Amino acid sequence: MKNLAPKLSIKEYENNFAELHPPLTKLTAKAEAERCLYCFDSPCTKACPTHIDIPAFIKKISTDNLLGSANTILGSNWIALTCAKACPVEELCEGACVYNEKGEKPIEIGRLQRYAMDNYYKNPTSKIFSFSNKKNKSVGIIGSGPAGLACGAELTLLGYDVTIYEANKTPGGLNSWGIAPYKMRQKDSLKEVKLIKSLGVKIKTGIKIGETISIDALFKKHDAIFLGVGLSESPGLAIPGENLKGVVDALSFIEEVKCEKWNKVKIGKRVAVIGAGNTAIDAATEAKRLGAEKVSIIYRRSTAHMSAYDFEYALAKNDEVNFYFNTVPQKILGRKFVEGIKCKKSMIIKNGKAKISLIPNSEFVIPVDMVIKAIGQKPYNSFFNSIPNLKLKDGKVVVNPETYQTGNSKLFAGGDCINGGKEVVNAAYDGKMAAHGIDEFLSN
Amino acid sequence: MADLSTNCGGIKSPNPFWLASAPPTNSVYQVCKAFEQGWGGAVWKTIGEPVMNVCNRYGGYDYNGQKIIGLNNIELISDRPIEKNFKEIAETKRLFPNNAVVVSLMVESKRETWHEIVKRSIDTGCDGIELNYGCPHGMSERGMGSAVGQVPEYCKMITEWVVEVSTIPVLVKLTPNVSDIVYPARAAKAAKADGISLINTINSIIGVDLDTFQIMPSVAGKSGHGGYAGAAVKPIALHLVSQVARDKDVNLPISAIGGITNWKDAVEFILLGASSVQVCTAVMHYGFRIVKDMIEGLTNWMESKGFSSIKDFRGKSLEQIDDFGNFNLLHKTVARIDQKKCIHCNLCYIACEDGAHQCIDLIPVNGHNKTVVRESDCVGCSLCSLVCPVEDCISMVRVDDKSESKTWNELMKEYKNENIPLTWENLGEFQKKHGIEIH
Repeated sequence: MKNLAPKLSIKEYENNFAELHPPLTKLTAKAEAERCLYCFDSPCTKACPTHIDIPAFIKKISTDNLLGSANTILGSNWIALTCAKACPVEELCEGACVYNEKGEKPIEIGRLQRYAMDNYYKNPTSKIFSFSNKKNKSVGIIGSGPAGLACGAELTLLGYDVTIYEANKTPGGLNSWGIAPYKMRQKDSLKEVKLIKSLGVKIKTGIKIGETISIDALFKKHDAIFLGVGLSESPGLAIPGENLKGVVDALSFIEEVKCEKWNKVKIGKRVAVIGAGNTAIDAATEAKRLGAEKVSIIYRRSTAHMSAYDFEYALAKNDEVNFYFNTVPQKILGRKFVEGIKCKKSMIIKNGKAKISLIPNSEFVIPVDMVIKAIGQKPYNSFFNSIPNLKLKDGKVVVNPETYQTGNSKLFAGGDCINGGKEVVNAAYDGKMAAHGIDEFLSN
Repeated sequence: MADLSTNCGGIKSPNPFWLASAPPTNSVYQVCKAFEQGWGGAVWKTIGEPVMNVCNRYGGYDYNGQKIIGLNNIELISDRPIEKNFKEIAETKRLFPNNAVVVSLMVESKRETWHEIVKRSIDTGCDGIELNYGCPHGMSERGMGSAVGQVPEYCKMITEWVVEVSTIPVLVKLTPNVSDIVYPARAAKAAKADGISLINTINSIIGVDLDTFQIMPSVAGKSGHGGYAGAAVKPIALHLVSQVARDKDVNLPISAIGGITNWKDAVEFILLGASSVQVCTAVMHYGFRIVKDMIEGLTNWMESKGFSSIKDFRGKSLEQIDDFGNFNLLHKTVARIDQKKCIHCNLCYIACEDGAHQCIDLIPVNGHNKTVVRESDCVGCSLCSLVCPVEDCISMVRVDDKSESKTWNELMKEYKNENIPLTWENLGEFQKKHGIEIH
């Protein structure tokens, strides 16, 4: 990069990446738990994609039955610690809390769940789980992200021999590599991996299916396969200058930040992030927190169309991230290094699908030293094409919504590869439900 | 401006708010500070026999994040020498001649001993004497406190000893740890006491530590029952005060005690017949400063209701108290849920379904549940309206036409006159006639 942002002190980095939502203390947790109305057939439970019995786990916090609280949570969601920290609770459980209707502050469900899970992970025990008899059947899982982990844990309880194959050297998928450090650190993701391993799930890292082992070999080895591979890298911008030094993919940038070697991450003085989803916000706020002087988000549509949650948008604005709405990058400028990004203004011409057209003579240049591409992720197309009978629709693996079975009867799938990229909590639910789909399939 | 002054059995004070005989009235420093902040009176911490205290002395009962909704204690009467107390009482009365200073007494059951301490009390210039027949721990084991209050004969005997030498009003403070509070109250009346103070603390064990198995408060591994007080005891105190206030044989002014933490509590006790109220736990928790809100709140309330003095509303609610047999069986209410206010917590549903009479239905509408009362089945118990967390969302609405009234006693009288036996069938007839259906 031409102009690198100046390095910060270790203390400054740690301050910048300190937790957004610090843990509750025993007293504050109990006070918050006691504020919960203990609704019956509660809206928060319905709003949680994994349907955790939220009033029940909160009630148990109020009675100091913390192990019971963790049991309630884990009974619905194996990835509960990550979810407690990374879930968009404003959009899910807390957004559904009846206190909102009452005009009062909703219960801090995310932080209470974290309180219960933090306590559980101080001394994790599997004695709270009930295991079925061994079934002498094995299931292979591709990907150790939240869907794969949840599926593996649930299958192990159901009596299956489970092996997870993970391409990365560190398991956990996006839980380990894709969540902004001020929300969650990798060590928390690894606690969940460790618990699931302790149940008997084998995790083989550094193994890429299709390269290290063929998919055919995997089908021969296991009675069923679960596909939890998530999504691949960003698609290209398809504009000139994309290969200049200083153009990076958002996920690889976020992954580098996740190593927590803050001063080793190369960061430009002026950074442009292209895209306005939640990943774009993460990349922008992380760039800012790493010391970038000016960070801009460039988005071709307007605020109303961006997929980032309101609270993520607010977070970026609070971090003084600059927003260029209705702006379409045309060319990344520079000889060897990124020097700027030429854009054109756009306007929405059709509201339904938010079709845009470029405004003539509206070109302008934003001088930047680094461009982060955050325009979504591509599916693993060539890998999927190598699997017999697998059906895809809009780049998503098609599954039976109840059993999670794909067109290939031995193959089940869940998580981002079937939904195009949703939350950790959706993947955790898919994985668990797919385990039951697999169990049903293998029991018949 | 409403006049808050009161007269309880001849003891006058500028307002009805007195400090109860307890740790907050242990010294001249405390009582003078309290008077400066507005307290109308103070009953000095009980003086009498030589004692020594232990630590720890208090146990707190916390509930739903609220600290000390109840407080128990094993503290004894004043552990400061009697001379020092008398000197400080005299000093307090000299500095605050218009405030009520009442001396609380407890000595062994000897006529001469009582005569002597009463005379010495009067010498301080105090406004009255309160006889502590209530303390349920420590002193009772030595034959004093509640050991006296629990035996009407002792209560009468000692009160007579006091009254025969006292030139100032005598209040008798009763223990609630009896099966019927009216008997010791009548004994006090028979002995010509000028008023009754109640309630003293309730026998209690505040809790057990689940890790150490230790009962709290713990005194070097030992523990025992202590006197329970604070907001949690208020409903019990309201009842006992009303019982004494209603009793025609007692007919004495009452200084009410038991869980009074604010002016609203005080108003309730006055509506049930109290002339003054005594406060302890709330002051132990928050300090003397709470009296400012008490005075202001009471004044504002009295003015909003058009009452110019305490007398105007003292005992006003007592007439409602009656026996169950005199309640109108034909008074019919049902729960009505204001759907606009409902937040869909469904607590009314589960309370009715599991804890009452199964007459609320959950009907799914737009992703949430609509709670609907089946009025034909609603028995009007009001549980749903109590559990509802939204103000004025569930109301109990009267649905009978108010034209008829029949009490149990009237019905039984009719049965008797007409020779109808009390059977389920006959009762069913009566219910059917009046459209009452028990499902």
